[in-house]
Amino acid sequence: MTPRWTLSIVAALTLGASVPADAATIQITMENLVISPAETSAKVGDTIELINKDVFAHTATAGNGDFDVTMPPNKTMTLVLKKAGTVDYYCRFHPNMKATLVVEPIPRETP
Amino acid sequence: MFVRLSAVIAVMGLLSSFALTEDAKLTDPQIAHIAYTAGVIDIAAAKQALSQASNKEVRAFAEDMVLDHEAVNKLALDLVKKLKVTPEDNDTSKTLSNNAADKLAELGKLKGAEFDKAYVANEVAYHKAVDSALETTLIPNATNAELKSLLQTGLKIFQGHEQHAEHVAASLK
Repeated sequence: MTPRWTLSIVAALTLGASVPADAATIQITMENLVISPAETSAKVGDTIELINKDVFAHTATAGNGDFDVTMPPNKTMTLVLKKAGTVDYYCRFHPNMKATLVVEPIPRETP
Repeated sequence: MFVRLSAVIAVMGLLSSFALTEDAKLTDPQIAHIAYTAGVIDIAAAKQALSQASNKEVRAFAEDMVLDHEAVNKLALDLVKKLKVTPEDNDTSKTLSNNAADKLAELGKLKGAEFDKAYVANEVAYHKAVDSALETTLIPNATNAELKSLLQTGLKIFQGHEQHAEHVAASLK
């Protein structure tokens, strides 16, 4: 029983190429109108948790149009990274809030 | 040109109203009153815009102004309650309110795209003037650390709004 279970999980992980097994969850916080960290590194497939600790609504808006997430006051939103690249993003409501997200591609597995 | 000139005059009026009290050092209850009044003024302007503006971006901006300034002013009210401080009316607050009433009346006569442009131009000028007052007068004069910190948050909010208003102004050209 146990070996079959293990096999099917392994198969799922290997076949589900769009979700890498080591996908991480990374937190970005907006507090007192400051985005921290100012630069975040992540990989394609990772989930970004955008935590708004302010009583004001904020957005995480990519300068290149890749994403635009609105965070209501004191709410957390998530964003799954789909594209590699360095993205400068800002808050549309308070454009003085700026930060950078560096998204690395998933490394190709060596056969 | 008319809009730009009136914006400059508005800024000069605001700056001189803040400068009125430059000699006498502002007290924390006065500073709290001025900051709160500055928020109330922008909420009133935004509500006028929500009833008169036609442009979608201008309306969205006005909605943000209402939400943000109501949120800041709630923080301010909570703080003065906690500190047991009663905000004190003063000449700067009075001048600000009088200038704002004149501005509301002036903008009230405009319609459509003309209103949109004049409202956004005034928002840029108004936020600039408040930023400058916060930086040069209100924050340096505040003695209570929590009040100072709230004013610093207020400065970041106002600076953000100024940039946002500039983006909206650019999109109207």
